[in-house]
Amino acid sequence: MKILVTVKRVPDPETIIKIGADGAGISTDNVKWVINPFDEIAIEEALRIKEKVPGTEVVLVSLGQKTSQEQLRTGLAMGADRAVLVLSDQPLEPLAVARVLAKIVETEKADLLVMGKQAIDDDSNCVGQMLAELLGWPQATFASKVELGADQKSAKVTREVDGGLETVAVPLPAVVTADLRLNEPRYASLPGIMKARKKELKEIPVADLGVDVAPRLKIVKLETPPKRTGGRKVGSVQELVKMLHEEAKVI
Amino acid sequence: MGNVLVVAEHLHGKFPKTTLVSVAAGKQAASLAGGKCIAAVLGQGIDGLANELAQYGVDVVAVDGAPFAHYLADAYTAAIAQIVKQKDVEIVVAAATAMGKDLLPRVAARLGAGMASEVTAIDDARTFKRPMYAGNAIATVQIEGSPRVVSVRTTAFDAAAKSTQKGAVEKLSVTPDANSTRMQFVEFAETKSDRPVLTEARIVCSGGRGLKNGENFTIYLEPLCDVLGAAMGASRAAVDAGFVPNDLQVGQTGKVVAPSLYIAVGISGAIQHLAGMKDSKVIVAINKDEEAPIFQIADYGLVADLFKAVPELTEEVKKLKSA
Repeated sequence: MKILVTVKRVPDPETIIKIGADGAGISTDNVKWVINPFDEIAIEEALRIKEKVPGTEVVLVSLGQKTSQEQLRTGLAMGADRAVLVLSDQPLEPLAVARVLAKIVETEKADLLVMGKQAIDDDSNCVGQMLAELLGWPQATFASKVELGADQKSAKVTREVDGGLETVAVPLPAVVTADLRLNEPRYASLPGIMKARKKELKEIPVADLGVDVAPRLKIVKLETPPKRTGGRKVGSVQELVKMLHEEAKVI
Repeated sequence: MGNVLVVAEHLHGKFPKTTLVSVAAGKQAASLAGGKCIAAVLGQGIDGLANELAQYGVDVVAVDGAPFAHYLADAYTAAIAQIVKQKDVEIVVAAATAMGKDLLPRVAARLGAGMASEVTAIDDARTFKRPMYAGNAIATVQIEGSPRVVSVRTTAFDAAAKSTQKGAVEKLSVTPDANSTRMQFVEFAETKSDRPVLTEARIVCSGGRGLKNGENFTIYLEPLCDVLGAAMGASRAAVDAGFVPNDLQVGQTGKVVAPSLYIAVGISGAIQHLAGMKDSKVIVAINKDEEAPIFQIADYGLVADLFKAVPELTEEVKKLKSA
């Protein structure tokens, strides 16, 4: 079977984010870039399926500037077979990203799409669901467990939802989006890194796909949220309770 | 002039507070858009729910039938899209709960609509505020065209109250197309708890890696929750380590809470955790590491061994309550 996994280049989650001078984006000075953590989990899940189902091909897809090569190479070093990078200088909104990916999925004829549930930069949590709809496929988002049917024609997916765990069954092809507890992603091995250099990484300019990527969502302004003023310490549990009762009046 | 459609989520025959919050946000959007606020309720045997919803002063469209007995993204999308077309809907709204997050992007794709997630403010009928980068930036976004889709962050709006003007209830029959009936519900393993729901509680006590194991959540944190009438939460580290179930996770990718009082026990305060609780009214941190970042945002910090401080706190609160 063929599994497509999406990979986004994002600032390291531990990075302190500063708003750029233009007020429309973040300052990228001194930012360390990584694979979106949820996408790493998605790659790992695809690799685990590949290990169980002989003949499986894992193809990574990213959308962004040439610099995203770095994250794709890391994914290839983890064990993916090849990668496609759709080049766009402009950041695209979720629906445009989903349309671009739908086009790639059509050419690649994938059986399963594994994606991160959200990118930790714009926190939209949209593309997987949108892509499923555009393709007319079922979706199983926020997955914590994926069980493929013996014939690889269906999957049973456990999802992290409010108040517990929900299980859904979907026929393939389908979109699965990964939540934190799905697996623990592996590190790339040194031989993996050496091999990754020789793996195919195809670049396609977004304009060549003939997809409508016109923005419908515009960031008018980006601001730093008001800072919380904390930092006060109390000396004992008794003092804490007194403060909460008499000063804050919350207990 | 366009209407606003709110997708009203329900559980066990009731509307959770998050749904009432989405109704309030929908009403606000409708008044800005100059249209009506309509609420959609989907399910099987939902006459009672539809009537209850109408008491919040919104017209209700009830989609009743076997394909909607359990929430499934594909069938629900088909129904919502049909209502949007029939009711001249300009803005689709739902709470940014697990269901809302799963459903709305799919609806947006079907409608070819622009979407904004986790909206915290509605400036006008097409301008919204939403957090990005784990809440470290607040974006003002404008959505072009119609319809538009927004999920609303449930801590950012007040819940709707019942109105003296009851809305009309209309039943709509929907047969989802073949592409929209592929998903199948198998089971829901519910986490049972007698404590308040995390997203509705006035007080939340959360535990982190500092508690060391799941048993200590039971021994130390639960009695504190019980004496305060608080909901229990956890940091991602505690959930990842398997101490507590996933639906207790507070943070960027878990639940976002803003109670009157948030007590963080043995939580260091990673950026992604702060994103889920920094709008709480009063924050208390108990941690033995005085350098822990959580203290920078805590209104009251106590540098102490939690295994001594938490039982002591439980006792002191008990004394206070019985005084």
